[in-house]
Amino acid sequence: MTRVAAFLHRRAGVRLSLLLSAPLAWLGLAYLGALAALFVTAFYSVDTFTGELVRTFTWANFRDLVTGEVYRTIVLRSVGVALAVTVIDLVVAFPMAFAMAKLASPRARRWLVIAVLTPLWASYLVKAYAWRVMLSSGGLLGWGFGLTATVLTLAYLWLPYMILPIYAGLERLPNSMLEAAGDLGARAWRVFRTIVWPLTFPAVIAGSIFTFSLSLGDYIAVKIVGGRGQLIGNVVYDNIGAANNLPFAAAVATVPVVVMLGYLAAVRRTGALENL
Amino acid sequence: MRRIGTAFAAAALALATACGGSTPTQPGAPAPGQSGFVPPALQAQRAVGTGEGQVNLVAWAGYVEDGSNDPKVDWVTPFEQETGCQVNTKVAGTSDEMVTLMRTGQYDAVSASGDASLRLIAAGTVAPVNTSLIPNYADVFDGLKSKPWNSVNGVPYGVPHGRGANLLMWRTDTVKPAPDSWSVVFDPNSPYKGKVTAYDSPIYIADAAVYLMATKPDLGIKNPYALDDKQFQAAVDLLKQQKQIIGEYWSDYTKEIQAFKSGDSVVGTTWQVIVNVAKSEQAPVEAVLPKEGATGWSDTWMVAAKAAHPNCAYRWLDWIISPTANAQVAEYFGEAPSNAKACAETADPKHCETFHATDETYFSKVHYWTTPIAQCLDGRTDVTCKDYAKWTRAWTEIKG
Repeated sequence: MTRVAAFLHRRAGVRLSLLLSAPLAWLGLAYLGALAALFVTAFYSVDTFTGELVRTFTWANFRDLVTGEVYRTIVLRSVGVALAVTVIDLVVAFPMAFAMAKLASPRARRWLVIAVLTPLWASYLVKAYAWRVMLSSGGLLGWGFGLTATVLTLAYLWLPYMILPIYAGLERLPNSMLEAAGDLGARAWRVFRTIVWPLTFPAVIAGSIFTFSLSLGDYIAVKIVGGRGQLIGNVVYDNIGAANNLPFAAAVATVPVVVMLGYLAAVRRTGALENL
Repeated sequence: MRRIGTAFAAAALALATACGGSTPTQPGAPAPGQSGFVPPALQAQRAVGTGEGQVNLVAWAGYVEDGSNDPKVDWVTPFEQETGCQVNTKVAGTSDEMVTLMRTGQYDAVSASGDASLRLIAAGTVAPVNTSLIPNYADVFDGLKSKPWNSVNGVPYGVPHGRGANLLMWRTDTVKPAPDSWSVVFDPNSPYKGKVTAYDSPIYIADAAVYLMATKPDLGIKNPYALDDKQFQAAVDLLKQQKQIIGEYWSDYTKEIQAFKSGDSVVGTTWQVIVNVAKSEQAPVEAVLPKEGATGWSDTWMVAAKAAHPNCAYRWLDWIISPTANAQVAEYFGEAPSNAKACAETADPKHCETFHATDETYFSKVHYWTTPIAQCLDGRTDVTCKDYAKWTRAWTEIKG
C-alpha cells in the first residue's frame, strides 16, 4: 500500500490520469458517444414501410440535405432567426445589465437579479402560449403570427441568459477605470467604446452563445406562434415524429452542430469561453 | 492533460462507432402491397385469462375519457370497476406519433387510424386479433369489417372503433355565404386569405388529391392515397399555392380551437370533435362535408404484439365496442359508432342519423386515411406511387 502511495507520489502524470480517467470516460461515453451515435445513424437509411433501420452505409441523407433547396432556405432562416434573437437580446440586455451592475445599490442589485431570474420559473409552454394570446388578432398586441412573432417570443424566452453573463462581466469591470476615463475628459460614448465594450465583450459572446444555440434548436415556439413557418428543429421533429426517418433527422441535426462548432471556433479567439 | 482527453475522446468515439456499426445488415422487407405484402408471422391470442390489473393505451383525444376532463363524460371508470384493469392513457396528437409510441413497446393497445395501421402491422408492432374472444365484435357493421386498413388477407388485426370525415369548418360571422366546397381553402383569390388553416401532416396531401379528383378529372386520380409522379406533383403544386393563403397550420386540436375562437383562423379543415368543443366554448362555428367529398378516418383498436397486459387489452377492446361505451364515445367525439346496437344507446336518438352511421352512400364520398406505399393502392401495376417517406419530404417542401 505504502509502496503504491510512494509510486503515485513520484509519478504525478500517472496520478493525474488515474484521477481523471473516470470522469473523462463518463463524459466521453455519455456526451461524445451520443453525438457519435447520432452521426453514425445519419449514414443509415430506413425501410420506408416497416420503419426498420437499415444499417448499410449511404450518403443519401446528406445528398438530399445538400441538394434540397428547401433545406438551404430553412437553415438560412433558422440562422437568421437565431442572429436576430441574439441581437435583440443584446440591445435589451446590455442597458439592463449595466443599470444592475453600476447604477443600482448593492441591496437593489440582489433584488434585480432575482427579478431577472423569475421568468425562468414559469413553464416554457405557458410563456409561449401567453405570447400566442397576446399576438393573436384579438389580443393585446394583435400583430398576428409569423417569423417576427417567433423572433419576439424567443427573444423574450432567452433574455435572462443574455443578461446574467453581461451583468457578471460588468460587475468585474473596476469603477476606477470609468472614473479615470472621465477625469481624462472622455465622454460617455467614448468610455463605452474604449473601455466598457472591449472589457465586457467576452461576456457578451458568452451570452450570445446561449441565445444563439437555444434559438437554433427551438421547434416549439415556432409551432405555437410561427404561423406557417418552420425552422431546422421542425424538420428534425417531423422526420422523427412523422416519418420515423431517424437517419435523415440525424443528418439534419448535424447542421446546427456544425453551425455551433463554427460559431464556437470563431469566439474562442475572443477568450469568451473562459467566462462561461 | 489535453493528450489524455483526446485519447479518451477518440476511444469513446471508436467504441460508439463499433456499437453502432457492428450489427449485421438486415435484408429489406418484401415489397408491400395487396399480393406482395407479407406481415410478420404472429399468433393471435387463444384465450383471455385473468386481468393483469392495468392496461396502457395510446389513443386519440376524446377516445378514452375517465371523467377527468368532464365528470359527466366517463366510460373508463365502469370498465375499471368491472374488470379491475386500471387504464393508463397516452393521448397522441398524430398518427405518426402513435406509430412512434407503439414502437417503444410500452403500450398494450392503440386506436390506430388507417394511415398508421398498415405500418404497425408490417413492422410486427401489433398482432392479429382473435375476434372470437371479443363477443361484441358480432354486432359491428359489416361495412367496417375486413377492410384493407384493419386486416391483411382476411386476418383481422383489430376491432373497428368508429368512423368519420375530416370536415370543413368556418366561422359563421365572417365567412358568408356558408361554403359547400373545398375551393374556399384552395382558391388563391379566396377572400379569407391569411385566415385559412390546414392540418399539419403529410397525410393532408390526400386532401388536395380529393379536391383534384373533383376539379381536374383528367389527372385520373382514383384513390387519393395512390398518386403517381404527375398526380403527386399536381397535389403538391396545389398545396404550395394554398400556402400563400394559409394563416397557420394546426396539428394539436387545442391550437385550432383557440385560433377559431380568436378569429385568427376563419375557415379550414377540422374534426367533428373540434367543432363540438369550439361550439361548447361559444365560438360561432359550423362544419360541413363539402360536395367534393373528404378524407376521413376509420379507426381500429389494435393489440401490441409484445403487450405486457394482453388480457386487459382484450377486455378493453370488447368494452370500447360494446353498445353502451361505443355510443358514449361516438357521441362525445362526434363520429359514427361501429357497433350497430350502439345507435339505440345514444343520448341523442338522432345521433346515428346525424353521423350517417348506416348511410353507406355518405361514406362512399369519404376516403379513409391509408398509408401510401410504393405499390399503387388503386391496383395500377404499370406505375409506382409515392410512398409515405416521399409524402413527408414533400410536406416539408410545401411548408418551405
